[in-house]
Amino acid sequence: MILVKTRNLLKCYPMGLRKLTALKDINLEFQRGEFCGLIGPSGSGKTTLLNIIGSLDVPSQGSVTVLDKKIEELSHVEAARLRRNHIGFIFQTYNLLLLYTAYENVEFPLLLIEMPEAKRKKKVMDALDWLGIADKADSRPAQLSGGESQRVAVARAIVKLPQLVLADEPTANLDAENSFNILEMMVKLNREINTTFIFATHDEKVIRYLRRKIHLVDGQVVKDEIVNQERGNPCRH
Amino acid sequence: MIRFLLKGLIRDRSRSLSPVLIVAAGAFLCVFLYGWIKGAMDDLISSTARFDTGHVKIMTRAYNNLSDQMPNDLALLGVGKLMDDLRASEKGITWMPRIRFGGLLDIPDEKGETREQAPVAGLAVDLLGPDSPEPEILNLKNALVRGKLFQKAGDILISEAFAHRLGVKIGETATLIGSTMNGGLAMHNFTVAGTVRFGIAALDRGAVIADIEDVRFALDMADGAGEIVGYSKEMHYDNNAMTALTKQFNKRFEQDKDEFAPIMLSLVDQYGLREYLDLANTFGAIIVTIFVMAMSIVLWNSGLMNGLRRYGEIGVRLALGEPKGTIYRRMILESIITGFIGSLLGTLAGLAITYYLQYVGIDFGNLMQKSTILMSNVIRTRVTGWSYVIGFIPGLGASVIGTMFAGIGIYRRQTSQLFKELEA
Repeated sequence: MILVKTRNLLKCYPMGLRKLTALKDINLEFQRGEFCGLIGPSGSGKTTLLNIIGSLDVPSQGSVTVLDKKIEELSHVEAARLRRNHIGFIFQTYNLLLLYTAYENVEFPLLLIEMPEAKRKKKVMDALDWLGIADKADSRPAQLSGGESQRVAVARAIVKLPQLVLADEPTANLDAENSFNILEMMVKLNREINTTFIFATHDEKVIRYLRRKIHLVDGQVVKDEIVNQERGNPCRH
Repeated sequence: MIRFLLKGLIRDRSRSLSPVLIVAAGAFLCVFLYGWIKGAMDDLISSTARFDTGHVKIMTRAYNNLSDQMPNDLALLGVGKLMDDLRASEKGITWMPRIRFGGLLDIPDEKGETREQAPVAGLAVDLLGPDSPEPEILNLKNALVRGKLFQKAGDILISEAFAHRLGVKIGETATLIGSTMNGGLAMHNFTVAGTVRFGIAALDRGAVIADIEDVRFALDMADGAGEIVGYSKEMHYDNNAMTALTKQFNKRFEQDKDEFAPIMLSLVDQYGLREYLDLANTFGAIIVTIFVMAMSIVLWNSGLMNGLRRYGEIGVRLALGEPKGTIYRRMILESIITGFIGSLLGTLAGLAITYYLQYVGIDFGNLMQKSTILMSNVIRTRVTGWSYVIGFIPGLGASVIGTMFAGIGIYRRQTSQLFKELEA
């Protein structure tokens, strides 16, 4: 089942009197359950593509279809609904809501979909427990380490069991040990609930885990490779 | 969800406590400044009305033309009948005859020779009449410094500062030397019953208060009075009512060409007070408006900054699927909550201090020693209906508008742009 499809995607940004082309002629398809990554140096268009797939931005030309919805045709409200119900985001800098506890951060996406309190509570605790940070439920982000913060961010992204998780440089601020733990959990999630993961990364630690690597250079796809590897612990091999 | 957002609002002091305090301070200052200007204006009107103009005043036309010279030779006669007519026709007004007089006040020594002498401005009012409201209108009981209020005919009250200057003691004789209504020499002995301080520099420098019957006798003004003043029963000056009353009274004497025919003037018709009060009201309104606008800009800016500061948080909420419209409305709801609480606290604090100073006032006597304006040295604030709402204009209005402007950025920016600001 195709989850995401881009056709002749072009994205330009105005830069003074000229236009900067961030993405050009992108034609990609992502199947349900993929664990893939957009790989490339800074400025290659990874985050821009991730933002468009996540309906945070719109293409200048071409078409992007996510879960049968054309991103370029969505209103603000429809785009928000798509994100709210089907997409989870993980960011390089965690982007937790600093005033809220780990529990409340994870609870927030469920509040948006108006899940009943009892069910919400169970889901949040399950997610925290699954990521091994149930004991940090009452801690605020300032009281958490980088690894713990990113686990909360992952819990927040997956608590509503989205069909698609978009992760932008999720391990860039983590040490090897924490990167390993986070990636292992993502792999587990992908395997157990068949969530599609699309990463934007140039971190070797992440790249080793990917089963599909899409190489971007100057806004264009230069290589799209399927990697046959055993899931496990590539970092420890 | 609302509970969730309220948690954030309460936990983030820069979003709750700080805006509330800033709004409260702004609202407080607006309420207080408005009350202060209103109080000063009303005080001026009240003092002028009590000691001079009344809410309305009746004089002869000739007296009116030269009223600043206190021309008692042009005073009203047949005052008793006129008073009866007025009391019968205008029951909502308290009418009282008064005589203003000038002359020399001579303090004799034990041999009857002049010990001290000074020019004096006097006011003769009904002090011994059983139901006379004059002692209350002139606030004599509170103004008394030494001695006693009027006990009997021939008593006189003298301003404390003037008494000091003349070295006169309670119970001593003071001789008024002036001119009668007919232009003859008038000399009349009074007994100093007490000294008074009105807190109005123009009066405290050298005024005496005497009973009108004594002065009528001294100045040969039987059944006469320089002026008849009228006050509304509530002692509140209502310009519309007094203007209507004045027009109605003057219409009765329209055809009478006699220069001694009575003429009625309302408070604002005297001494150019209309222009003065219009000017003062305009300046007052301008000052309050400028201040309210300045506070509005401050609070608007505060709302704006508070909104802009949260673009990062908004970026996260958008990414998690909260619609822009919902975020915008919730931001405005927050600013309504903080603006309302701040405005309420500021207004309550402003009203408290304004009420307090309405009764206690602040004494500016040292700054007004040479003043000739009939204005109390103690300036009091005044609470009006506007005092309850004026703080909400900058407090609630401006901070909400500021937040609304800040929030427009949510719509105008691409979601991804908000996100970049978050990441930055």
